[in-house]
Amino acid sequence: MEIAIGHYLTVGAILFTIGVFGIFLNRKNIIIILMSIELILLAVNINFVGFSASLNDLAGQVFALLILTVAAAEAAIGLAILVIFFRNRKSIAVDDVNMMKG
Amino acid sequence: MAIVGKERLQIISNLTRPTDERDKMTLTLFFFYLFSIVLIAAAIMVVASRNPVHSVLFLILAFFNAAGLFLIAGAEFLAMILVIVYVGAVAVLFLFVVMMLDIDFAEMRKGILQYMPIGALIGLILFLELALLAGSWVILPEVADSSVLPIDNSISNTKALGQVLYTRYVFLFQGAGIILLIAMVGAIVLSLHHRSNVKRQDIGKQVARDPKETVKTVKVKSGKGIG
Repeated sequence: MEIAIGHYLTVGAILFTIGVFGIFLNRKNIIIILMSIELILLAVNINFVGFSASLNDLAGQVFALLILTVAAAEAAIGLAILVIFFRNRKSIAVDDVNMMKG
Repeated sequence: MAIVGKERLQIISNLTRPTDERDKMTLTLFFFYLFSIVLIAAAIMVVASRNPVHSVLFLILAFFNAAGLFLIAGAEFLAMILVIVYVGAVAVLFLFVVMMLDIDFAEMRKGILQYMPIGALIGLILFLELALLAGSWVILPEVADSSVLPIDNSISNTKALGQVLYTRYVFLFQGAGIILLIAMVGAIVLSLHHRSNVKRQDIGKQVARDPKETVKTVKVKSGKGIG
């Protein structure tokens, strides 16, 4: 009773595309951009786990675990940068970021 | 006629006996499609929602459904980690930041339609590329047979992962720990700031105080003040 690998790849591809689309759509809002990056990483994880199930190989799950770690670290750092950026500028508009000097 | 004893047991065992493999497959497929459809709908809502708080809540829904997909694939440990790490930590962090920052999000969405065509175009191109790729590959039979870590179904998924994570992949595991440590230190360094108008205890300064410098004995004449 195994799901074919194509099913997982399709879900992963759709999720990845939604994530990339979200980055373009919410170009001004860093919070939604960070959430879109999380969606992209989740799509990659779904692909890894799908391959792990279909090839009967545990290595894919180890990979997915490490990606999960990096994604959590990235979210923490990104939100910390966001908070100090807001403290300095009173806004989180991406257009203002290039005006940060020093 | 009442059904009693052995006869009844026989009927119950007939009812609860697992049906054939085909029915199980159908049920698995049903849950796979259910989780996938809710996952994709939640992902679309994350991107398209007006209110960032709603976006975060839809992100949580998406992670729960992804955990369901992982369960179907047999990665139970990863599914639970996804729920604990993402729903318990990352999503709450997002929620906290969204609520803490005082931002006019409606104003931020003004130019959104302007970016819709280019975003849709690039998303479409990317999806077509992925679809072309997904339709045209095959796994070589010798690759399919030679898996690095064959999954042993006699032990649980968590145990199997632990057995490779602490032996074969121990350096990767330590590296992941170091990444988390650096992220933690970095986040604290970035977001810690001392306000100048708040008095704080400085223990080093307190310990270094010398009575000779801070206490002065003054002889005061009667009827006159120190001044």
